[in-house]
Amino acid sequence: MAQQVLILGIGNVLWADEGFGVRCVETLADQWSFPDNVKLLDGGTQGLYLLPFLEEADVLIVFDAVDYGLTPGTMKIVKNEEVPAFMGAKKMSLHQTGFQDVIATAQLMGYCPDELLLIGCQPEELEDYGGGLRDVVAAQIPAAIEIALDRLAELQITPTRGEGDKSNLADPSILRSAYEDGRPSEEEAYRKGDDRFLTLSAK
Amino acid sequence: MVTTPNGFNIDNTGQRIVVDPVTRIEGHMRCEVNVDENGVIRNAVSTGTMWRGLEVILKGRDPRDAWAFTERICGVCTGTHALTSVRAVEDALGIEIPDNANSIRNIMQLNLEIHDHVVHFYHLHALDWVNPVNALRADPKATSELQQMVGPNHPLSSPGYFRDVQNRLKQFVESGQLGIFKNGYWDNPAYKLPPEADLMATTHYLEALDLQKEIVKVHTIFGGKNPHPNWLVGGVPCPINVHSTGAVGAINMERLNLVSSIIDKCIEFNKNVYLPDVIAIGGFYKNWLYGGGLSSKACLAYGDIPENPNDFSPDQLHLPRGAIINGNLNEVHDVDVRDPEQVQEFVDHSWYEYDEPGKGLHPWDGVTQAKYELGPNTKGTRTNIQELDEAAKYSWIKAPRWRGHAMEVGPLARYVIGYAKGHEDIKDQVDGLLRTMDLPFDALFSTLGRTAARALESEYCGRLQKHFFDKLVTNIKNGDESTANVAKWDPSTWPKEAIGVGMTEAPRGALGHWIKIKDGRIENYQCVVPTTWNGSPRDTEGNIGAFEASLLDTQMERPEEPVEILRTLHSFDPCLACSTHVMSPDGEELTTVKVR
Repeated sequence: MAQQVLILGIGNVLWADEGFGVRCVETLADQWSFPDNVKLLDGGTQGLYLLPFLEEADVLIVFDAVDYGLTPGTMKIVKNEEVPAFMGAKKMSLHQTGFQDVIATAQLMGYCPDELLLIGCQPEELEDYGGGLRDVVAAQIPAAIEIALDRLAELQITPTRGEGDKSNLADPSILRSAYEDGRPSEEEAYRKGDDRFLTLSAK
Repeated sequence: MVTTPNGFNIDNTGQRIVVDPVTRIEGHMRCEVNVDENGVIRNAVSTGTMWRGLEVILKGRDPRDAWAFTERICGVCTGTHALTSVRAVEDALGIEIPDNANSIRNIMQLNLEIHDHVVHFYHLHALDWVNPVNALRADPKATSELQQMVGPNHPLSSPGYFRDVQNRLKQFVESGQLGIFKNGYWDNPAYKLPPEADLMATTHYLEALDLQKEIVKVHTIFGGKNPHPNWLVGGVPCPINVHSTGAVGAINMERLNLVSSIIDKCIEFNKNVYLPDVIAIGGFYKNWLYGGGLSSKACLAYGDIPENPNDFSPDQLHLPRGAIINGNLNEVHDVDVRDPEQVQEFVDHSWYEYDEPGKGLHPWDGVTQAKYELGPNTKGTRTNIQELDEAAKYSWIKAPRWRGHAMEVGPLARYVIGYAKGHEDIKDQVDGLLRTMDLPFDALFSTLGRTAARALESEYCGRLQKHFFDKLVTNIKNGDESTANVAKWDPSTWPKEAIGVGMTEAPRGALGHWIKIKDGRIENYQCVVPTTWNGSPRDTEGNIGAFEASLLDTQMERPEEPVEILRTLHSFDPCLACSTHVMSPDGEELTTVKVR
């Protein structure tokens, strides 16, 4: 039987570059159509809700914004047993169960995918609630997708050009273009954050 | 020592303990308490450490899309926020939903309620009472006997089964992967269970993980997908076609049968595992009746699960609506969330400002204008607070009040209100539980009472889910396949200006979204979420909120190990993601506890 592959984007689209992972999966589905053994999923900030998807998968490819204090836009690729630790550290967690806990739980239950591949990108801005991807991060989406496609090619999985299955992605109203283009102006939307937590931002 | 207007004695002279962040919750929260020389908590300060600004991101958006944004606020209450949002828009525009939509929404909301309660109890809260490390010392045979005594109808009860689980757990712990069981104070004397009860409960932790995967399939069936199901202003976005091949994705008999089997699994689990566990575990903690806080004095519920579509009158709601104040259970006030005098938010102790200090604002007129300033007695700096000054502004959570009263919301509040109103199902459940546990009525007003009310509610929601499933099937069989009313879908049919409110009972309490629509766009959007009520800071008059009240007078075993604080705060199932906003610069979920 063909290996089941889950391509998962995680993060909160409402927090600027935190939406990187979700936007990668969206873009991937815009451009490529995959055979039935590959599933694309917008995991948002969900925790245990993602377990059933992990259980089905032999290979898990995760796109995520990973904050490791690198230059914004730097890609970071992590494989297999290094993935949980990597996602646990320096990652802000809006998640009830951080994704590293989801993996730990799947391991405890004996159904963690055999192969894990994290395609991470260093965010520039996380403290802009309601904001979209910054240019430097958005610019890495094609490279991130290329890494996933390369791995899929090694697994003998060949997608075809053209829009794929989007049934497990976000509602159209918060897909990237609608979300970013529909943003109210700075005057309308008060965007000052909590200054104790603004140390990461450029300002 | 000071006595607050809502009747609590506060003394902030003792040793200060800071817990930051409080773990195993959604979002980030900090808590500071003062303990006296005997280790008893005499002052409590709860603060949301993150700025909240959901409202402003919705300004100018299409009201029909608001649910998709609100679904992203939080990793738990996705569906509840979405439901509240579509209800607010329907209320504003006078849209009536069809009967099937009401039944399907109720099934989804009840399903989420059960999912949340089960996951909360086993995966977030049980570890405050259950010690998985101690479970390694259990005798599997004795565990089997215990299981057969407390849950005789649960099929998974053989000594071999428990031995297998114990071995699995052992491997997990020995591999150094304590992972999900980290952050525990496993040798603290506050843990009272014998190893066999620890093994039984830890085993159910694992069973609940499997069950929760099943439960959420209902969201995929009716919402098209999970973890972010689709919602629709005017109804539900799933066509029904039980006769033939029909549209792809339509609800057919096969899918309905799957829903039915999941509902049965929920009912079985609640009856044979969840409730018996709460009773068994609670039995070892019967002397730990701290944490009642506001529950005996002031409770609020908006009510939910309407029997018929579009009818939110109190006698039509399966989850009760009402307000109890001043500890008078003989009088339950009705709640009108439109009345500008009832629900108001104050910011005197919150990092916001209004034009007029001391005033409360109704959510339709709500303002979210940040003002971060620290009181003169704060210790530390603006970016590294060591000790808050609660006499000044000290939280990113606003202070909502009902007619000026600080209120508790959530399962216990709903059950106290239901009981006081003579709600038959609730009364039977509560009386039965107290009889089984041989506890007086007042025992309900406690941390354990809150935890027990959640289990009872999960059981009740299971039965309600079946009721609405049967109703849906009957209606479909009678030829009604309508699931949405799109007569007012087009903004050209809307008035130039409209205001509305949507209410639900989220798993953790009363949730309201207030919306103002102008020229087809959102002009103002305010959410008052359950944790804003429970976790609120003090108000102008000095009334303390539910978290703070519930921690007072608690005896701590070891002040440097805040098991008791976590226990009580977790019993509220706090969700700070939507009541406040992120973020810790390093997201490590390692609690630092500082004793000063």
